[in-house]
Amino acid sequence: MYDVVIIGGGPAGLSAGIYAARGGLKTVIFEGKIFGGQIVTSYEVENYPGFSKGISGMDLIDNFMKQAEKFDVETNYDGVTCINDEIECKSVNLTNGNCVKTKTIIIASGASANKLGCPGEKKFSGKGVSYCATCDGAFFKNKVVAVIGGGDSAIEEALYLSNLAKKVYIIHRRDQLRATKILDKRAKENKSIEFILDTVVKEIQGDKLVNGLLVENVKTKKKDRIDVDGVFIYVGLTPNTEFVKDLIKLDENGCILTNEEMETNIEGVYAAGDVRSKSLKQVVTAASDGAIAANNAQKYIESKF
Amino acid sequence: MAEVQLTEGSWEEEVLNSDIPVLVDFWAPWCGPCRMVAPIVSEIADEYKDRLKVGKLNTDEEPGIAVKYGIMSIPTLMIFKNGEVAEQIIGAVPKEYFIEKLNKVL
Repeated sequence: MYDVVIIGGGPAGLSAGIYAARGGLKTVIFEGKIFGGQIVTSYEVENYPGFSKGISGMDLIDNFMKQAEKFDVETNYDGVTCINDEIECKSVNLTNGNCVKTKTIIIASGASANKLGCPGEKKFSGKGVSYCATCDGAFFKNKVVAVIGGGDSAIEEALYLSNLAKKVYIIHRRDQLRATKILDKRAKENKSIEFILDTVVKEIQGDKLVNGLLVENVKTKKKDRIDVDGVFIYVGLTPNTEFVKDLIKLDENGCILTNEEMETNIEGVYAAGDVRSKSLKQVVTAASDGAIAANNAQKYIESKF
Repeated sequence: MAEVQLTEGSWEEEVLNSDIPVLVDFWAPWCGPCRMVAPIVSEIADEYKDRLKVGKLNTDEEPGIAVKYGIMSIPTLMIFKNGEVAEQIIGAVPKEYFIEKLNKVL
C-alpha cells in the first residue's frame, strides 16, 4: 500500500511529491497525460520567487522533476479514472484497469484549456489552430495570427508571438482585458499588436490550412472577416474534477472545495493547485498547496495508521 | 530499439522504405510539451521494440520535412506504414491513446 497517491504531475503534484517523499512517505504520482501541467507551455515565468532573471516554464518544471527524483518519488503515466473511500484505506482506479491502495490521496489534477467551440476549430487543429504559442509560434514567422482571449495567458502569448509574427490581433469578447496591468501596458505599447475588442469568433475558416476568421461585434452585431494564418486560443480553463465529482465537494465552477489545510470533505483526501477553489492560481501557490497537503497527509497517517 | 534521429537525408531510407512501421515524433527544443512527451515515446519504443521503429525529427533543424507533411503544431506524432501516413496524433495526449493508435496500425 502507498502512503500517498498524488493525482497529477504539475507544480502542485510535484511539490506534494517532494514534501511527502522527503518526509519518508511511500509516494507515487499518477500523470495521465504529460508531467509539468500547463506551465510547460509558458515561455517565461517572471514571478516565481528565486529566479530573478525569470525562467522558462519548462526549465522550472525540469527542476521540480529532478528534485522529485532525488527523493525517489515514483512516477507513472497511468491516468486515474476514480477514487474510492474504503473502510480501512483509500484506493484509486487506473486507466489500465488496476486498482491501487493508499492511505491518503492528494488530488492535483489541474485544469485544461477550454475550446472555443466554434465551427472550424476542430477541423483546423494543428493546421493553424493552436493552444500553445511557445510550441507552434515558430511555424508562423512573418505571418498574421490572432490570439483569442483577454486574460494573462492570452496577453503573455500575444507578446511572445509579436516577436515572430508580422502582426498579432488580440480578439476579446469584452471591452477591456482581464490581464494584469503590466501585461496590458506592454501589449498596448507593442506596435505589432492590434486589439479587436467586444468581438467574438463565429467561425475559423480555411482550405487545407487556416486562412481567416469570421468575427462578430457583440454590441453592433456587425460581422466581419479577418485574414489570419493562425489562431491561438486562450479562453479560460476547466478544472479536471470529473473523475472525483461523486465523492468530493466542488464549488459552482467545478473546483474542489478545501479549507486552508487543503483538506477536502473526505478525511485523508487533499486537493492542491489549480484544481482547488481559490483566488490566485499560480505556480507559487500550487507549490505551496502541494507542500501543505503533503504535510497534512503525513500527520493524518501518523494519527491513523 | 533505440530511437533514430531523422534528417532530410535519411528520411527515405529510415521512414519511407522501412520494413516495419515507424513512429515519427516531430519536436523542437523550445517546445515544452514535446520535451514532456519524449519519455512516453521512449517507453513506447521500449515496449514495441521488435515491431516498431521510433524516429525523432527536429522541426527546427529539418524544416523541409515538417513543411512537406504540413506540420503547424508540435508535438505531432505520425505513424508511417509502407511509406504512407497511417495515423496522426497532434498535441500531448495520454499514453493509452498512443497505444490505441499504434494497435490499429501494427
